[in-house]
Amino acid sequence: MTHTDWPLWEVFVRSRRGLSHTHAGSLHAPDAELALRNARDLYTRRGEGVSIWVVPSSAVTASSPDEKDPFFEPSADKPYRHPTFYEIPEGVQHL
Amino acid sequence: MTTTPAADTVPTAAALALGDDALVLSHRLGEWAGHAPVLEEEVALANIALDLLGQARVLLSMAGDEDELAFLREERAFRNLQLVEQPGGDFAHTIARQLYFSVYQHLLHDRLASGDGPFAPLAGKAVKEAAYHRDHAEQWTLRLGDGTDESHARMQRAVDALWRFTGEMFQPVEGIDGVDWPALERDWLGVIEDVLGRATLTVPDGPRTGAWRAGAGRQGLHTEPFGRMLAEMQHLHRSHPGATW
Repeated sequence: MTHTDWPLWEVFVRSRRGLSHTHAGSLHAPDAELALRNARDLYTRRGEGVSIWVVPSSAVTASSPDEKDPFFEPSADKPYRHPTFYEIPEGVQHL
Repeated sequence: MTTTPAADTVPTAAALALGDDALVLSHRLGEWAGHAPVLEEEVALANIALDLLGQARVLLSMAGDEDELAFLREERAFRNLQLVEQPGGDFAHTIARQLYFSVYQHLLHDRLASGDGPFAPLAGKAVKEAAYHRDHAEQWTLRLGDGTDESHARMQRAVDALWRFTGEMFQPVEGIDGVDWPALERDWLGVIEDVLGRATLTVPDGPRTGAWRAGAGRQGLHTEPFGRMLAEMQHLHRSHPGATW
């Protein structure tokens, strides 16, 4: 692979109407239009999608592993925030 | 040629012509597997190849046994356009070949799909595939033509080199009724001029038909590279008849 100068893109695919776009993976492409087409070929060839977003990976601001504890640790000891005290009625889907 | 039960309703010659176009171009595109400039493009070309292979299977099955037709015919019995048998060359040649053929195929299948002939069901599905193939080729033509000096020069060389094989596409295919071939050619030229213009490329001015005419593929006359391609495509089946996965 010689074209390491092509930017990286993150791909989000919505599998069907009513669901949200989910991160599917990433790919290289010279521009957004071709990234969209590459995403179609790489991530929806088995009928997985009805909609695709591509985002330059450089535009993603990610939390750092160093910040893991201050970011996520405090929520662990607040069980009242977790919806674990409910009986889920029968027949409710997507929970 | 052996007649099949449906031979009186299916125009066999036309099924072979369209089926061989799809089969041969599918094989040519498959040659990029492991060699494409980037992994993403390799998958894109393989996807297009698989679409074409699917079309070829339907069409050749209309004309007879698909495996016998694909793997046991001699070169002179193939009815594909000479354009689709041309080697991939550099990436620009592959894209130019794709542009010329997929615009033609899109326009042709669009016409076939709106009719009620034997190819209408296949064309209805193929027209969507061809629309994507055409878009893929157009996108790359724009980027290579209007790209760097190097990519522009290579793309111009490719559209020039393959130009003489394009006239053949508009010779009427025996057994396909209801297609206005001169109108198809005018539409094709309009699209190609538009795309090449936007890609800052020059539309080739060489002859596409004439006293000496490239393009007797539909009559079974093929160019030199086709024999080598066939040998590679057919050798497994000929060496191991009936081999399956």
